[in-house]
Amino acid sequence: MKKLLAWLEHRVGFRDSILPMLMHPIPRGAAGPMGWWYVFGSASMTLLAIQILTGIGLALVYVPSADKAYESLLYLNYEQPMGWFLRALHNTSAGGMVLMVAIHMTQVFLHGSFKYPRELTWILGVCLLFLTLGLAFTGQVLRWDGDAYWGLGVGAAMAGRVPILGPYIVRLLLGGPIIGADTLSRFFALHVFILPGLLLVTLGLHLWVVLRKGISEPPVPGEPVDPTTYDAKYHEELKKGVPFLGDAVVKDGLFSALVVITVVVIAAVFGPKGPGAYPDPTLPGADPKPDWPFLWTYAALTLLPAEVETPLILTAPLVLLVVLFGLPFYANRGERAPSRRPLAVLGVIVLWSLLIVLTLIGIKGPGAPTMDGWSGIPVPVDMVKRSSPVQLAGAAVLQNKQCRNCHALEGKGGIRGPDLTNVGTRLTRDELIRQVIQGGGLMPAYGKQLKPHEVTALVEFLVNCRPAGETPARNPAQPVPTRTTARAEN
Amino acid sequence: MTMSSPPPEESRRGFLLWLTSALGALATLLLAVPFLGYLLGPLKRKAPDWHPLGKVDDFPLDQTKLLTFPNPLRQPWDGKTGMTGVYVRYKGVNKEGKHDFMVLAMNCAHLGCPVTWFPQSGLFLCPCHGGVYYEDGSRASGPPPRGMFHCVWKVDGDTLLVEAPHFPTLQDTLTHPA
Repeated sequence: MKKLLAWLEHRVGFRDSILPMLMHPIPRGAAGPMGWWYVFGSASMTLLAIQILTGIGLALVYVPSADKAYESLLYLNYEQPMGWFLRALHNTSAGGMVLMVAIHMTQVFLHGSFKYPRELTWILGVCLLFLTLGLAFTGQVLRWDGDAYWGLGVGAAMAGRVPILGPYIVRLLLGGPIIGADTLSRFFALHVFILPGLLLVTLGLHLWVVLRKGISEPPVPGEPVDPTTYDAKYHEELKKGVPFLGDAVVKDGLFSALVVITVVVIAAVFGPKGPGAYPDPTLPGADPKPDWPFLWTYAALTLLPAEVETPLILTAPLVLLVVLFGLPFYANRGERAPSRRPLAVLGVIVLWSLLIVLTLIGIKGPGAPTMDGWSGIPVPVDMVKRSSPVQLAGAAVLQNKQCRNCHALEGKGGIRGPDLTNVGTRLTRDELIRQVIQGGGLMPAYGKQLKPHEVTALVEFLVNCRPAGETPARNPAQPVPTRTTARAEN
Repeated sequence: MTMSSPPPEESRRGFLLWLTSALGALATLLLAVPFLGYLLGPLKRKAPDWHPLGKVDDFPLDQTKLLTFPNPLRQPWDGKTGMTGVYVRYKGVNKEGKHDFMVLAMNCAHLGCPVTWFPQSGLFLCPCHGGVYYEDGSRASGPPPRGMFHCVWKVDGDTLLVEAPHFPTLQDTLTHPA
């Protein structure tokens, strides 16, 4: 046995090449309690390993053909032994990987570890973030359902807004004039060959420069980075360092194990995602939603005013790229500790809050119309009790003209427009008529769609949408109504 | 003083280096050109393909109908994704005595989602980001920067035909192909 190992060692040279890499010294601080901040990168890699494993497994059964993909997903869910679990795990672990990469990046930013001499490590890390997101989007496409189909439509329509080149980019993205088999084939190639290949190469380079320049020491307030002296100082620090294959790697291992257990449990409990509605472009009333890593863009696209949207779609990614790639050169030196970089901390808080809030809005539905609000959500009975016949007719108009798709009553209905439960206290009769006929804000004009008697009935209903005892809204220029007139109006 | 020519060994090496570079460049070019041609394949446009939507007499005046049909632009292995839908409205006979139609693509002008027609309120509503259009396809409210995309149509004898619609985007509409 010993002889065999010696024979192998003579040819492979493990002791001279790989072993020193594993035993390379890291700053003592990074192996202490602060080391728990350093576990997110390795956790991302662990999840990547799960993705490769489950991805290969799924590729053994999945059929990347537009007319059969959906059926093969159903087969994976219900027929293939443990197929449901592999699908669930691949999806859960993908989400976990996006999360881990984002947290890893936040930690590196907060600790100023992107500064000299680790600029390239950061840049390669940014590339890894975009590749991970690219894999998340292309993976969503392979779940060939309604969400995938219309998600492609949204992506293509956004790309189509690029000046001059837009139409050509759309064709190359879709692989043809329509979203179909050619699109699925190329997204399969992207998801299975191109992006993983790029990711592995970039990850290799990322790890290579991490090894070359060493893991950053935990930041100490009052010890700014100075490129002229940093290398010598770091070198000194390493003399007191500890080998990587020791305390540090145990923390990595423990955290990764926890992450894997969490991901497996979530996958087992919640099961595979979809496939949802059949990918049939002729089904109206589709309600497509992207996977959660993209819900924030979905919310933003709904809430943004039309005028700023195209400039934002076109410039925001460029600005993001410039900021992320430029960061290590802009802030190349100086303090690393978060306690000395309040603006950086504020930026992180603002960005994460924005992403979380937009994602929550995306989960709730950012207020696209509720397509069955008019037929599925009746006017609450207590709102039409003791109503006049005209008011009742108005309530019927409110239902029949799809107003409820955008307007809620007592919290039920669409949220595109305001809840109308108390609209009578906010808008006068004249304002209501104007709003109904001319529209405005997000509301279309109903002037052509409603006959005069329908407008009258609808507004009569709306004027009385107010809590008992509240006076109706009034024009400030008009004299204050006396008690008797207010009661008369009621 | 005369310039001595480099020793034959060196000039042979120099020539070999030059030859390798030249042949390498040629080999790269021979590989790259056909491969690029392959990659840019989707940019090739086919001649317009027409699909019959029905007899003119079958379209009641001023009523909007959703018609679905297999898109002639599809691949044979497209399955359901090769289907497409258009909203058709017969607008009667125009001043020149010809049948007038409105044919709209289902795709929202905002980001391509499928819009739904509500005859009661005369509106098209988009489920994705809340685009709203009036019955003539013009923009009513929400994020769309323009009205819905009109398809190219023609009446041949007594049949209404539509030009096979690609996925329409702002700079590649159905009426003015880029």
